Amino acid sequence: MLKYLVKRIFWMIPMMIGISLISFFIMHLAPGDITTTEANFNPKASQESRQKLRELYNLDKPVIVQYGLWLKRIATLDFGTSFASHQRPVFWQTKDKEGNVTLGMIQEALPITLLINVLSLLLIILIALPLGVVAALKQNQLPDRTITLFVFIGFAIPGFWLALMLMYWTGVQHNWLPISGLNSIGYERMPWLAQQIDTLKHLALPIFISAITGLAGIALFVRNGMLDVLNQDYITTARSKGLSENRVIYGHALRNALLPLVTIFGLSIPGLIGGSVIAESIFAIPGMGKLFIDAVNMRDFPVIMGILTIGALLTLLGNLLADIMYAWADPRVRRGVAQ
Amino acid sequence: MFFNRLFLAIFRARENHRPASRMDTGSQSIANEDGCIPRFFFYFSRAVFAWLSLSFCLVLSACNNANEATINIDYSQAAQPQEGGTLIDASVGEPSGLIAMTAGESAASAIASNIFNSLLKYDKKLDLTGELAQSWEVSPDKKTITFHLKPNLKWADGKALTSEDVLFTWQKVTDDNTRTPYGADYKLVIKAETPDANTFRVTYEAPYAPALDSWAGLHILPKHLLKDQDINTTAFKRNPVGSHYYKLESWKNNQHLTLTRNANATQGQARINKLITRIIPDKASQFLELSADNIDMMGLNPIQYSRVLPARKELSKNMGLYKELGNGYTYMGFNLKRKPFDDVRVRQAINYAINKQEIIDGVLLGLGEPIASPYKPGTRWSNPALKPYSYDPEKARQLLKEAGFSDSNADGILEKDGKPFSFEILTNQNKEREMSAVLIQRRLKEVGIEVNIRALEWASFLGRFIEPREFDAVILGWGLGLEPDQYGMWHSSQQAPKQFNFISYNNPKVDTLLEAGRLELNPDKRQMIYHQLAEILLEDSPIIYLYAGYGLTAVHKRVHGIDSPAPPAGIGHNTHEWYIPSQYARNEISEH
Repeated sequence: MLKYLVKRIFWMIPMMIGISLISFFIMHLAPGDITTTEANFNPKASQESRQKLRELYNLDKPVIVQYGLWLKRIATLDFGTSFASHQRPVFWQTKDKEGNVTLGMIQEALPITLLINVLSLLLIILIALPLGVVAALKQNQLPDRTITLFVFIGFAIPGFWLALMLMYWTGVQHNWLPISGLNSIGYERMPWLAQQIDTLKHLALPIFISAITGLAGIALFVRNGMLDVLNQDYITTARSKGLSENRVIYGHALRNALLPLVTIFGLSIPGLIGGSVIAESIFAIPGMGKLFIDAVNMRDFPVIMGILTIGALLTLLGNLLADIMYAWADPRVRRGVAQ
Repeated sequence: MFFNRLFLAIFRARENHRPASRMDTGSQSIANEDGCIPRFFFYFSRAVFAWLSLSFCLVLSACNNANEATINIDYSQAAQPQEGGTLIDASVGEPSGLIAMTAGESAASAIASNIFNSLLKYDKKLDLTGELAQSWEVSPDKKTITFHLKPNLKWADGKALTSEDVLFTWQKVTDDNTRTPYGADYKLVIKAETPDANTFRVTYEAPYAPALDSWAGLHILPKHLLKDQDINTTAFKRNPVGSHYYKLESWKNNQHLTLTRNANATQGQARINKLITRIIPDKASQFLELSADNIDMMGLNPIQYSRVLPARKELSKNMGLYKELGNGYTYMGFNLKRKPFDDVRVRQAINYAINKQEIIDGVLLGLGEPIASPYKPGTRWSNPALKPYSYDPEKARQLLKEAGFSDSNADGILEKDGKPFSFEILTNQNKEREMSAVLIQRRLKEVGIEVNIRALEWASFLGRFIEPREFDAVILGWGLGLEPDQYGMWHSSQQAPKQFNFISYNNPKVDTLLEAGRLELNPDKRQMIYHQLAEILLEDSPIIYLYAGYGLTAVHKRVHGIDSPAPPAGIGHNTHEWYIPSQYARNEISEH
């Protein structure tokens, strides 16, 4: 097992280099760079100044040389500084000689996106599990049909539309929830508990919106998994042993039905750091989605590469984690790996 | 459109300093190849979707508004000008820093303009007047300008503001290590000197008329805080010390910036105590915040202005609506190196075939004006004698016939030398431009010209089509700066790949006028030069002026002291005189 793990982790290094190389080249395939997006088409910005900027950012060098420079920096875990936003560090904070701390861009955006995604994932599980089980137990009956209809409506409804409707209802018509932003003005002066409540109130709608659209997948996955398992011989055996229906369903059936979910959650780890551009724009939440799309539009290469690299690393780790969890949960897989 | 965004960021609009012609790349693309009714587009735009949703909401839920108590206040009752209060507005983008020369984006210069002064400024009639400078003189040979600073100027931290600071700022903006794209105007200065603490003198190699404008666009920075700093990375950009009405109190990343009054302000005291700019990227969300009375002002789009607000009585009752001509215009430009656009008759024919009023009505819901010169109507540079091309398809057909086009195979498309007259209009992903293109497509089809439309992402648009000159025609916008010099756009020497005369316009008469305009410092004589320039451009029709849109702003009526009707400089010219009577101020925890 340990040998397997070491091997998997070792293989991640060439994978990461390959992924970063491809990302870097694809990024440079798109026409334009920061001097195009920042200063082009402004008659006040002269040709010479733009060329000077290109030299400062090493954009005048061949792509492969630029990649080498990037790789050299990243080897020391230096993600560089952003072109577009005034040399802010891409990943982690830096301190200048007077002790002024500049926060990293990913450092700021990541916790917010993670918080929203983790909370909405928890909400999804909390709702989807019982819904899926009920739907499977009452297959093709009224509860099943209702649940299926409900989750599909949630899936099909355009998120931004629902978001605007809810913002109007809870924010304009009734003064229940704030409309947009992450904190109220005057947040700094609130006591600790009030601050937490304030943040949660701001996050309530974004979490709800992101959960409602993700609900359908998991609920139907649980339902179908349960149905599969319920038709297995060992369930019939369990029933014929005279076990109570609760034991059969929650002790035997559900445990097996949840196995594939482990894979899904492992695979959703990289998704946890990716924010939704539309939701983040509507709710004015400074998360990863907005950061990425702004970086792409501005051709802010260090930020794009920073996010892609961290995303790729998390995807690889997520895959690894999913495999490990799967092996841990399912003895059959464990045995297969050991051999 | 870029000028709508400008109006969002309304304080002390300094059009000349921000990227005058940078264009918005926002808004999603709607691929459209068929010429269906243009209004159709609107129903897909998010703003309308939001509007439909809102009205739907209203119908459903008999509108029990929670803020019943505040609704019946009559905010418009006269009150004495007074100090205090907080004004909250919204910006779609966050500034990357508050040193405008290195930040570049409009969000940055809008906020920085409340914090920093320039030597000169534009007054409400858009004439140049002194800001830090009390007066200025131009030497008889027109090469030297001497600025006399007002006495006893102070930075917000109490240190004296002197000509040393001005010199320092000039050194920074022309320094090769400063990452600014805006150094070109200042690099023409061959000698800058400070004879005494209140005098700053610059000498140019040759007379340069746009120089004064450039000094109205350079925020003066404090030498004592920046002299040992790297201006590109200094923490000062997020913690600035300026000399204008306001200073930065707090900056919560990506959420809001709070400015508070500067006790040492060089231009006297503003009345409103605090300005808060909230960063809300989505205009529909901004509108909801406005509806819930969480922000006091925002820039509206035409639909919000003419449909949504009027339909919502309880909201519009409390809103002052302001309409003023924006700072840019939209045009269709030709690649003059390609046939048949090298023929002036063809360009004129297309100009006659396009119905501009129809575009203004359909795309801007009537909230725009046709223009006949590349200058803002109503300013001195705009030639009032010129009239836009009328909509006259008969004349267009006539001109096309003279140019040798005829429909020889009766397929509805004109041909010349056996080749059908068909071309492609390129534009970036900007809904107003895409919709204009569709209307143009239909009108040109009526005179026998086949048009295809392609909308592209901004950087690809520039990199793959504009720079290599791989296009037939484009729909784009230019800024209507306050400085009339448009050398870069029209002079025949400015055609290199990344220069701005990308349509390859080459007219010796225009070249002469542009050169003369740069040397002429007398405003009345300059005016004649640019009036003549506009006349030739209109006749020659290298681009077709489509429209100049209005900037539309809603400001809550609790804010008093706004000039109405808006003067040429816009309502933002006197924000320091705006005030909020204390009985109308919202209850705020942030007041203490």
